[in-house]
Amino acid sequence: MARDMEKYIRPEIRATPFCPGCGHGILMGLLLRAVDELELDMDKVLFVSGIGCAAWIPSPHFKADTLHTLHGRAIPFATGAKAFNPELTTIVVSGDGDLTSIGGNHLIHAARRDTDLTVICANNMIYGMTGGQLACTTPQGAATSTSPGGSPYRSFDLARLVVAAGARYVARFSVTQPLSVIASIKKAVTTRGFTFTEVLSPCPTQYGRRNRLASPEAMIRMLRQKCISVEDAGILEPGVLVDRIVTGVFFDGTS
Amino acid sequence: MGKEADSGVLQAGTYYMSGSEAVAEGAVAAGCRYYGGYPITPSSGIMELIASRFREVGGVFMQMEDEIASICSVIGASWAGAKAMTATSGPGLSLMMEALGYAAFTEAPIVIVDIQRAGPATGQATHTASGDIMQVKWGSHGDYQVVAYSPWSVQEMFDMTVQAFNMAERFRVPAFVMGSETMVHLKEQIRVPREIPTIERRKKPGAAPFDTEEPDGVPPMPVFGEGEQLLVTGSTHDGYGFRKSDDPAVHERLVERLNLKVLHRRDDIVEVESHHMEEHDLDCVVVAYGFTARAALFAVERLRESGRRVGLLRLKTLWPFADKEVEMAGKRTRKIFVPEMNMGQVSIMVGRYADCDVITCNQVNGRTLSPLTLEDELRKVI
Repeated sequence: MARDMEKYIRPEIRATPFCPGCGHGILMGLLLRAVDELELDMDKVLFVSGIGCAAWIPSPHFKADTLHTLHGRAIPFATGAKAFNPELTTIVVSGDGDLTSIGGNHLIHAARRDTDLTVICANNMIYGMTGGQLACTTPQGAATSTSPGGSPYRSFDLARLVVAAGARYVARFSVTQPLSVIASIKKAVTTRGFTFTEVLSPCPTQYGRRNRLASPEAMIRMLRQKCISVEDAGILEPGVLVDRIVTGVFFDGTS
Repeated sequence: MGKEADSGVLQAGTYYMSGSEAVAEGAVAAGCRYYGGYPITPSSGIMELIASRFREVGGVFMQMEDEIASICSVIGASWAGAKAMTATSGPGLSLMMEALGYAAFTEAPIVIVDIQRAGPATGQATHTASGDIMQVKWGSHGDYQVVAYSPWSVQEMFDMTVQAFNMAERFRVPAFVMGSETMVHLKEQIRVPREIPTIERRKKPGAAPFDTEEPDGVPPMPVFGEGEQLLVTGSTHDGYGFRKSDDPAVHERLVERLNLKVLHRRDDIVEVESHHMEEHDLDCVVVAYGFTARAALFAVERLRESGRRVGLLRLKTLWPFADKEVEMAGKRTRKIFVPEMNMGQVSIMVGRYADCDVITCNQVNGRTLSPLTLEDELRKVI
């Protein structure tokens, strides 16, 4: 993360908690870039997170109000705070397992209600903190500590799930697309209503080393190869898209 | 509903209302302005009343997707500055247990009105019980304290809802009103006083929100949006909220303080009411609480009419437990009789502190313990 973003980091913080090659540090920097470009008053920003690696992106690092909650429950905590004090710019930052598996019900209901929350989902396709177990976002066939023979299940297409639930703005990008991530977060924060930005974030430690992608470069390369824009994907045959990750803005109900 | 002052709070006077109405009015009078809830019999009436009352007084009502979301939203609202509550019943209460521990551990004042019904599981949703007494104290993992009131009348449904908010705010703890199916559907006359004392959150900008100099203190509570850069976490934390997931001393100090801040102030919380407890060598003391205590008072007075020296110690609060009061009662009698609409949850606590025989009287058929049944049972043991 660039030094000029350190003004948003608490002075007590000395080091990143993330593993080498983790994409969450990149996302942390991009999120702060968006905050900086929007010139948000951090005294009026509330960051809410659940449990897991991604939940540590805001807590305790950001120099703002942070609410580090229970596993899966970031969105309902944020809903109560935002409903009572609508002046709080409320940004939920958490992981795929947290927001979409144990917290999946809260996610779709907040989208349906169109609660004015910015939800940023760091998707590393695995349970990182607990040791690399199968997630609802793990690609079919990928090895995890609880699917050593490869996951037999399909994974959720999170962005489309949240579009269907009624969100106002939904996008998916990868940390390998930094400018798009910043632009998407800025759009999400300035949109009134429920927004969902899924950010693919590599986890070489837990995902990569079980799937021949042990080095940080290998995971970054994989993401760059797999990501295809929603516009390009639209002109391809569906069969060609197997094993590709479609990125872009999936729904923009503000325009 | 009756006449209201400009503030929307019920004006002083006499009203005829249900227990549900009394809870809703008590909450409004206490300053509650956030409610998050999910429908569940027999507590839904409270939610419905608050949904419409908040439109008048400017509160924020959220019907959430389940009870887990309900209590989490209540805690979020509390940290955003609200006096906040939910109401639920057995199955919903069970779902709330993890977040109850979160509220206790982050010292978020919240009020939970638990309208007890016959359990376990779905049980008899429309029938009464007192089966959640131990759950509210021990249902979340780890050691924590709660304040729990046990009303026996519609009047107390009102008064104790106000008190629950006051205790929650004063001690930064979860506070319960342990009602029951009987209590919400009961209708009777209540008096709303002219002055309803309320307690507001103590503020001290810059002070540590999660520790005090004393090992049993209650820290001041800043809220979101005040520029305090609050760090709130359910992980073990130091005084300013930094995670200390590996430090044994920090964890021990925090858990001990969270318990001691309530236990060392138990004299300011615990309330009992004595009926016919004047003699020092009573044949029997009945220890009762909630609606059962009304039947117990009837039974005690009938037995006294036939010359028996029987007294009633009514527990108005269940947590923290009235240990000293029960111990004193045990010194003045050879037998304590504990009638309950459960399999003996409070009798366990009575037996722990009373140095005399403890006789249980349990009914778990979803019906209120009738005064005549209680009289018969009490006669048998004397």
